[in-house]
Amino acid sequence: MHIIVCVKQVPDPEAPFANFKIDSATNKVIPPQGVSPVINGFDEQAVEAALRIKDSQAGVKITVISVGNDLVMDVIKKPLSMGADELVLVQDPAIENGDSHTTGAVLAAAIKKVGAFDLVLCGRQASDWDQGQVPLVLAELLSIPVVTIAKKVEMAGAAVKVERVVVDGFETVQAPLPALVTISNELGEARYPTLRGIMAAGRKKPTVWSAKDLGLESGQVSQNANRGRMLKVFVPEKRSKCEVISADSPAEAGVKLAARLREDKVI
Amino acid sequence: MSEVKGVLVIGEVSDGKLLGVTRELLGIGRKLADTLGEHLSAAILGAQLGDLGKELVAYGADKAYLVQDPLLAQENADAYVAAAEKVVRQVQPNVLLLGQTVLGRDISPRLATRLGTALAPDCVELAIDPATKLLHMTRPVYGGNARAIYVCEKARPQMATVRPKAFSVLERNDARAGEVVQLAAGLDPAQVRVKVLDRQKKASEGLRLEDARVVVTGGRGMGGPENFKYLDELAKTLKGAVGASRAVCDAGWVSPSLQIGLTGKVVTPDLYITVGISGASQHMAGCSGSKVIVAINKDPDANIFKEARYGVVGDWKQVLPALTEKVKELVQG
Ligand SMILES: Cc1cc2nc3c(=O)[nH]c(=O)nc-3n(C[C@H](O)[C@H](O)[C@H](O)COP(=O)(O)OP(=O)(O)OC[C@H]3O[C@@H](n4cnc5c(N)ncnc54)[C@H](O)[C@@H]3O)c2cc1C
Repeated sequence: MHIIVCVKQVPDPEAPFANFKIDSATNKVIPPQGVSPVINGFDEQAVEAALRIKDSQAGVKITVISVGNDLVMDVIKKPLSMGADELVLVQDPAIENGDSHTTGAVLAAAIKKVGAFDLVLCGRQASDWDQGQVPLVLAELLSIPVVTIAKKVEMAGAAVKVERVVVDGFETVQAPLPALVTISNELGEARYPTLRGIMAAGRKKPTVWSAKDLGLESGQVSQNANRGRMLKVFVPEKRSKCEVISADSPAEAGVKLAARLREDKVI
Repeated sequence: MSEVKGVLVIGEVSDGKLLGVTRELLGIGRKLADTLGEHLSAAILGAQLGDLGKELVAYGADKAYLVQDPLLAQENADAYVAAAEKVVRQVQPNVLLLGQTVLGRDISPRLATRLGTALAPDCVELAIDPATKLLHMTRPVYGGNARAIYVCEKARPQMATVRPKAFSVLERNDARAGEVVQLAAGLDPAQVRVKVLDRQKKASEGLRLEDARVVVTGGRGMGGPENFKYLDELAKTLKGAVGASRAVCDAGWVSPSLQIGLTGKVVTPDLYITVGISGASQHMAGCSGSKVIVAINKDPDANIFKEARYGVVGDWKQVLPALTEKVKELVQG
């Protein structure tokens, strides 16, 4: 059984955004100096979902694929140190600033080159651009069924059984393999790499492909990217207008807050 | 591309009613269609849609398409994306809008791929650029810390999903003229590859979070699930509902269906009281449209105080019981 997990390197979403800069000339968000990027949280949980399947049955191989430039090797190798088997990186200036369709197309080509697979796992969305499109585009391009926002993924013979989060509850669905599933935080925390895992990952060399290695002409890739275009990225202005209720004690502040809300006809 | 025209909204129906976001789509769709001097059509998909076509017209559509098929009885992305593709190919719109719902998130990127166009998901502003007549689609990025504006120059339709509660609804006008037409989905059961085996929906106890006029939300600062009863008490006094941050849901203190934020629910109550919430942008994405936000947090530098209208700096264990007692006295007395 071969599971492919797609992961993206993103700026750490926990870093205070005030330290980010926006370069208005290039429309780029520049992460703060000295803050290491991370694997997108939902993608890390997708690796976890794959590892849980690997733990539960014999003969499971996990290949991790990442598309992106400026990858930090220690960061992008984390899935290997958690227990994944192989790492494939697609790096090419031609895919810089690619939109979801470009990334989807590059991933689809990479997955086809990797070979036969049973299951593709992705995080539900990336914490930088928050689009949640790539997995769905990818599934369409691979012509395979897709299930989103999973909290539990289990193999069931030639199918995958998924518990997914829906409005006010859960549903259990089943899709024939090969299929793609996107993972949500409800799956639970990803495991920490073990020291042995980290050592083993250090020795592993990722496979690196360019767009050309995937049979994609760079023109073709950038044309794709021009489907939609970002005009501008900016930080909206915020005026703080908080009235902080002060009093001699916190309890008294609570009482005063209630009175203030009444006075302003909020309650 | 020459014959593409008009704005098309693909709406959603739940328990035989139009979703709130569908009425919001009609509101913004009407505005965009009027600016472009084009018409607004709306489609809904389902097994039995009854008189809902008229309702689409009453909320702003010039033409309503009812796509009925037994395979659409259950919410299933495979069936819905196929039916939606059919409608879009028939209508050939210039602008295509859907809601950023569980289903909308699922089908829109697939639909865009099939149509060969780009999608701007989760938009909070949509406007026609006067010079180019292109749709400017504004969406929060980086967890809501920044915003980005997108255009789709070459491909059609220009496609966006909209965040629930970001746009206003037109007043219902049952006298509005409009046409209601049936459209066959022509679905083939083989198109439905993902099968639903079981649904466990919580019968919402009392008030739905999205409909509540007062929401009291607890964060990690509540310290544990046993303390949520204090929030329940305040919420009950104000006839409101209780919500939670993702940190609280991830910790298993409350059900994930209470999560408010970017990857949870969007609420816009008259009063939103946060207790022990730091005010991360991803949380604010789900509540920043509230009329009045109140913060109780022991850290004076917490971001929530930049977002709130009223705040108390202090330990909730002291603030909250006193607040609740006084509120009881004021609203009941
Ligand atoms: C892609 C992505 C999506 C996300 N989606 C969501 C989402 O949909 N919804 C969401 O909520 N989050 C979401 N998050 C997480 C978000 O970034 C924050 O981590 C989360 O909202 C923090 O929750 P919190 O405020 O409860 O906890 P914390 O940030 O830990 O804040 C706890 C607060 O409680 C205060 N406190 C502690 N003790 C007390 C006390 N005794 N009395 C008073 N105050 C006290 C502290 O001062 C602190 O400010 C997302 C993150 C990512 C990366």
